[in-house]
Amino acid sequence: MTAYLKLDHIDKSFARGSQVSEVLKDIRLTIDKGEFVSIIGHSGCGKSTLLNLIAGLTKVSAGAVLLEDKEVDSPGPERAVVFQNHSLLPWLTVYENINLAVSKVFGRTKSKAERHDWIMRNLDLVQMAHARDKRPAEISGGMKQRVGIARALAMEPKILLLDEPFGALDALTRAHLQDAVMDIHSRLGSTTIMITHDVDEAVLLSDRIVMMTNGPAATIGEVLAVPLARPRRRVELSSDRTFLRCREAVLKFLYERHRFVEAAE
Amino acid sequence: MSIQTIEDTKVKAFPTPAKPAEVIAFTARARRRFDPLVIAGRLASALVPPVIVITLMLIVWQVACSSPTSSLPPPSQVWNEAYDLIAHPFFNNGPQDIGLAWRVLISLQRVAIGFGLAAIAGVALGALVGQSIWAMRGLDPVFQILRTVPPLAWLPLSLAAFRDSSPSALFVIFITSIWPIIINTAVGVRNIPQDYRNVARILRLNQFEFFVKIMVPAAAPYIFTGLRIGIGLSWLAIVAAEMLTGGVGIGFFIWDAWNSSRLPDIIVALAYIGVTGFCLDRLVAGLGAFVTRGATAK
Repeated sequence: MTAYLKLDHIDKSFARGSQVSEVLKDIRLTIDKGEFVSIIGHSGCGKSTLLNLIAGLTKVSAGAVLLEDKEVDSPGPERAVVFQNHSLLPWLTVYENINLAVSKVFGRTKSKAERHDWIMRNLDLVQMAHARDKRPAEISGGMKQRVGIARALAMEPKILLLDEPFGALDALTRAHLQDAVMDIHSRLGSTTIMITHDVDEAVLLSDRIVMMTNGPAATIGEVLAVPLARPRRRVELSSDRTFLRCREAVLKFLYERHRFVEAAE
Repeated sequence: MSIQTIEDTKVKAFPTPAKPAEVIAFTARARRRFDPLVIAGRLASALVPPVIVITLMLIVWQVACSSPTSSLPPPSQVWNEAYDLIAHPFFNNGPQDIGLAWRVLISLQRVAIGFGLAAIAGVALGALVGQSIWAMRGLDPVFQILRTVPPLAWLPLSLAAFRDSSPSALFVIFITSIWPIIINTAVGVRNIPQDYRNVARILRLNQFEFFVKIMVPAAAPYIFTGLRIGIGLSWLAIVAAEMLTGGVGIGFFIWDAWNSSRLPDIIVALAYIGVTGFCLDRLVAGLGAFVTRGATAK
């Protein structure tokens, strides 16, 4: 069986004038259908660049991103992204924001009534149906991120890409949203890749954790499988031995073997 | 995988049942109260100062111009001699003898056509310049030079090109008001956050959808700034252009009054022009505020 998503020897470098900076080097990873994979690493290690490569927002310098054995080199709704800062369009209501995506993706295949039902189903999924007529400025950060997730899910993506989706939220709201994402993942079985810098979040949500070395020319240092049964409950897990061992492994990777050193200019 | 329970008498944790995610915040909406006293107070504080200033100005003007040798008429003379114009803005006594409101409307009609065309062309060109780095490199220097040309300097050229005064006046309005619209639209388009562009790319919006659904609403505050400057300039230009091209607009009226030495009429016409320009500015500003509500909020 071939992998659902394959990152095949990916290099990425940015050229600024004559200076070429190598950001990612020889990234090799395969992800199965339905898997939840987190990518963790210190800031500046190219996590977000990697996600943008998978999304197709940035082009690879060498290698290829293969989704179901087809190369992807441009963005598309089958690889929906939930952005760190939600990126909802402020002049549209919650409903209209999702409708923009739904009418573009399903404009030909679904009738108007079906599209409406689909929008409402996705809003229900993130428990935001009550705010359908609100504008993004009128709802809280956590609610915006929920709508961002609903918009991404409404595209019915093959892969859901989460770019530090909870980074800008306070700890309690973040926990709420992590639970919501776990719940959605268990219900829809969506293949998900999440960028994060939060060790607990990575262990709690992921099937596997991809740990990145520091840049320049960052690469995958280690991949840790998280053998915890689902559904996972954060309170019970906080004392679980497997959870703690996974957490320790990630912490050791990040703070002992690949300690973050501020780049000296 | 078994869940480990720890036996620790010191730490007691009570797990709460998993609740569905809750509404995290409500936006409170303050109810506005309609208190007649408060409203009257606000009205007074808005109206009393300008009324005082205008009264003082009229008094100074009256005193300064009341000597018989004065070259300009005092307000009392303006009131007496131009009373017809002030009191009856809508009279109509034949083709060249009409009230000032009619003249303003005729000028406004010209502005509407010229400015309307400038708005369409300006937003389209501004979008092009804002979106394409090569269009900007090529066109921006040309725009920067042409926009400094005074409106009336275009008039002889457009008279030569159109061989008629009416389209020439329209062209002068168009060419005067288009620059701020182009430049502001371009800045607005250049400032569209990369996130919105990424959303558009992931949804694979085509050029037209991107223009209508992302670019115009995202750049709307900038576009309306440009439109507001543009309508002010076109009102400046029409009065000047009509002085030279003739017709029945308010600009020509001033020129005509000057040629027959009716200074009070000119002063009344100036007041009309000022008030109309002010209304136009407020109209576009209000329209902009209405259209862009929410667009600037994060």
